[in-house]
Amino acid sequence: MVYILFIALFFMVVGLIFAAIRFIKGPTAGDRVVALDTLTTIGVAGMVLLAYVFERFIYLDVSLVYGVLGFIGVIVIARYLEGAL
Amino acid sequence: MSIMEIIGGILIITGSIFLFLGSLGILRMPDIYNRIQAGTKATTLGAMSLILGVGFLEPSWLLKILIIIIFIAYSNPLSSHALARAMYKRKWYPLIKGDPEKMDAYREVNTNKEKEEVKS
Amino acid sequence: MQTLSFSQKLSRFIISWILLMMLWIAFTSSFVTQELLVGVFATMIISFFTVNLFTCCTLAILSPVKIFYMVKYIIVLLIALIKSNFDVARRVLTPSLPINPGIVKFKSKLPTEFSRMVLANSITLTPGTLSIDIIEDTFYIHWIDVKTTDPEEAFKEIAGQFEEILLKIF
Repeated sequence: MVYILFIALFFMVVGLIFAAIRFIKGPTAGDRVVALDTLTTIGVAGMVLLAYVFERFIYLDVSLVYGVLGFIGVIVIARYLEGAL
Repeated sequence: MSIMEIIGGILIITGSIFLFLGSLGILRMPDIYNRIQAGTKATTLGAMSLILGVGFLEPSWLLKILIIIIFIAYSNPLSSHALARAMYKRKWYPLIKGDPEKMDAYREVNTNKEKEEVKS
Repeated sequence: MQTLSFSQKLSRFIISWILLMMLWIAFTSSFVTQELLVGVFATMIISFFTVNLFTCCTLAILSPVKIFYMVKYIIVLLIALIKSNFDVARRVLTPSLPINPGIVKFKSKLPTEFSRMVLANSITLTPGTLSIDIIEDTFYIHWIDVKTTDPEEAFKEIAGQFEEILLKIF
């Protein structure tokens, strides 16, 4: 079981690094927002996995609130780029 | 290992691989719309499958985990749609191989709107 | 905003009360009497004040036929989502990036705004498509591998199976 968690965390960390490279490189603001969205989703999944590892039910609430905040952030930035804000 | 743990482990591994493929897609794709496509689809199923896997490992958490899954399935396409439309309104046109007039049906809407604004 | 009769308002109030109560139970994950009582009153107040905003559905959505089609819709959507993921994986892992992007448009027959939103979200999750805008009943779709620019054929290829089920629900 421990090995499964290690493999999953390895893939997720590599994914986080790739998304962070796009976040730094991204030629336009939109690319950065897409990378931020991906980082948020991987972060939510990672927090749920860590909730299982540390056996804390309360971490699920943290991940849910993080997901809501990331969603609202992306929507607000998109409306701002559109010129409607 | 019980059968629940085996199913949960398989779901967690598949989910993490799809999350990895999603961010690889974001890094490799040539323009922003293709990046949004790869990012949205792969991360949505990846996160859903990984979180469901945790639900199989801890069956008493299942209700809250279902809430998180429904939220991700609902919010991810919405934010990518908002982002794609904002990008088009800012005139970052998609990469198109071939004739833009034929392959890009949305451009006529935007150019018509601009003409109306110039007239008024 | 259209004006509603009293029975429509009551029906919307009850359905949003039921949905919010289910959400409350899932959030708290406990069946203690005090928590359930607080949930009943809080969700009642919220659904009373938002009766003009939550326009998704009325009590008619609880009929067994519609629930059967909803379950069928979710299964069809999950199959499409898994297919689209393998599609993305194939495109990303091929060294030459086999893409031919473009934007196509088509018209849909769906009656309400909410059902159009559901269709647009489902289109985003199906293989190789991303909904960019909806103007009235015209959908503008970014397609990663354009096979046809004709609206009718594009509609059949992208949204045919979803709209068939959605028309029966809404």
